[in-house]
Amino acid sequence: MSDIKDIIKDENLVYKKTKVLTDNVMHYCPGCSHGVVHKLVAEVIEEMGIQEKTIGISPVGCSVLAYNYLDIDWQEAAHGRAPALATAVNRLHPEKYVFTYQGDGDLASIGTAEIMHACNRGENIVVIFINNAIYGMTGGQMAPTTLEGMKTATSPYGRDIKLNGHPLIITELIAQLPGTSYVTRQAVHTPAAVRKCKKAIRKAFENIGQKKGTSFVEVVSTCNSGWKLSPVKSNEWMVENMFPVYKPGDLKDE
Amino acid sequence: MAEYKLMKGNEVIAEAAIRCGCDAYFGYPITPQSEILETLTLRQPWLETGMVVLQAESEVAAINMVYGGAACGKKVMTSSSSPGISLKQEGITYLAGAELPCLVVNVVRGGPGLGTIQPAQSDYFQSVKGGGHGDYKLIVLAPASVQEMNDFVDLGFELAFKYRNPALILSDGVIGQMMEKVKLSPVKPRWTNEEVIKLNGSWATTGKTADRPRNVATSLELDSARQEQFNHKLQAKYKEIQEKEVRFEKIACDDAEYLFVAYGSSSRICQKAIDLAREKGIKVGLLRPITLFPYPTKAIQEMAEKVKGILAVEMSAGQMVEDVRLAVNGKVKVEHFGRFGGMIPSPNEVVKALEDLIIKG
Amino acid sequence: MAKVKGAIKVDVEKCKGCGLCVVACPSKVIDLAREVNGKGYNYAYMANPDACIGCANCAIVCPDSVIEVYKVKAEMA
Repeated sequence: MSDIKDIIKDENLVYKKTKVLTDNVMHYCPGCSHGVVHKLVAEVIEEMGIQEKTIGISPVGCSVLAYNYLDIDWQEAAHGRAPALATAVNRLHPEKYVFTYQGDGDLASIGTAEIMHACNRGENIVVIFINNAIYGMTGGQMAPTTLEGMKTATSPYGRDIKLNGHPLIITELIAQLPGTSYVTRQAVHTPAAVRKCKKAIRKAFENIGQKKGTSFVEVVSTCNSGWKLSPVKSNEWMVENMFPVYKPGDLKDE
Repeated sequence: MAEYKLMKGNEVIAEAAIRCGCDAYFGYPITPQSEILETLTLRQPWLETGMVVLQAESEVAAINMVYGGAACGKKVMTSSSSPGISLKQEGITYLAGAELPCLVVNVVRGGPGLGTIQPAQSDYFQSVKGGGHGDYKLIVLAPASVQEMNDFVDLGFELAFKYRNPALILSDGVIGQMMEKVKLSPVKPRWTNEEVIKLNGSWATTGKTADRPRNVATSLELDSARQEQFNHKLQAKYKEIQEKEVRFEKIACDDAEYLFVAYGSSSRICQKAIDLAREKGIKVGLLRPITLFPYPTKAIQEMAEKVKGILAVEMSAGQMVEDVRLAVNGKVKVEHFGRFGGMIPSPNEVVKALEDLIIKG
Repeated sequence: MAKVKGAIKVDVEKCKGCGLCVVACPSKVIDLAREVNGKGYNYAYMANPDACIGCANCAIVCPDSVIEVYKVKAEMA
């Protein structure tokens, strides 16, 4: 039997952190989906060799500091406005790979106008949409995508449809817009899901090179701190409660 | 060979933008400045210089597109009128906080609220005292003619890039809508991407290369001690701007016993009022601030030593007059005269106000 | 006959002990340590190293990219 020391050698390395990720320790809570999605975006950038051509737009919300973790040029947007920034960068630098990275509050609440119009114009960008149905950064308040009956800091008795309206299933609306070419809903709760999500992100970035218009990747995610569950339990809760409303799969692939 | 044209103030903003090598304009229609976007879309500068022109979905989106373009190190601008400028305030403070250069044009109309579509100067406070949140300043240029609408586009960009700070042209519906003879600026090519990297590569998001750390355009600094340090840096910049960039014009001040202080279209009205007053034997002059930030405080202080009284004339209920009073510091009497809500004072009204409020008062 | 043998290296100080790698591992190799790291987290470690097949599932689901995976094809003794 081989000794572990004999296995852990450079020539036997099969998986390590991509160089596009910085060495900064992420500020995210243990088990947060953001870390996984950051890694996937970074791996795609490395594998496509587009580090010098990629401009990221970070949002307001937990991922406001995304620029500390991916070693590319970044613009940090005001809350909800990332697609407007991305529009300008795309128009001024059509040769660049521009992506926004937005949460559900940023994209589906305060920034609804910006995302709709950027997608409708078919801006040649990638949108990464993290939907965990809660506001993480501000401490677990209700999001536009919070499920019916789901308890948050501002829906302490559960989301009441009469009071707060329905969960906004925005990705289906986005898929209606002719400016979008690829709209998909992914998750990162299992190794297989992570591999699939990475393929989706890769395809989205490749679409930029092919000038296909907007590619939109929703990642149904967990917020174990906000949900008050362990990371493992959060994944189980997500499959049971989020997936029936936010169904994983491709909505559009043209 | 100089090129002269008879043009509207708004049209000339568009023409000057193309000629000065502007990379992008993002706007949203609002009266009385829609001719800027209309002229640009008619001119199709993207065919000529590659300049991007885009009608955004809102003023909010437009100013954030400006942020995106400015962060690329490009010459990017927007324009609007008062209610639209209010919507842009969030983006403007983020631009100031991220130290991004850009040009904003406000063709002011009367407020508050939806107000009126007629000219006013009631956005002075918003322009020079903040507007958005936090301790920041804009470089504010106040054109008094169509010629200055032309000249200040290039000047605005020059100052914005020199100090990495948003610049604002504070115009109004009179200057925007009136036609005058204008000497157009010579055509300058847009910066190439290589020039942008050379000029602005230390901060602009041009794509991270192996030879430099990543550039991040952000106004976020969660560490309070570092945020305070950053604010000190901003304040030092504003101080330098105050020391170096004050611009004003003095008219008929040599023998003046009284003084008008007025900017933009009010200063034009005051010029006529000077003629009318002097026919009556009243020796009055005009100090016209061209930059509203930095404000010509010292020049007004000096005039306060020489005159018996000062009348601040504005198309507002009295905003800039506060800065005149701060400059004069009680030395002589300072009063305000204004028409507002879209009303424009006549030269005769201004002379009467001088007589009633300053000479007799 | 060749048997695949794997091993992982955890950056202990960066591990937040979320446990997602523990459930992602098909061979039940990983557990959280009873000890904590400098940040107070029970970090992941190979509790059952012999079972590791170097599939990298643990590293793939790790939100903090703290796991390196190594693999060899060893001849059966």
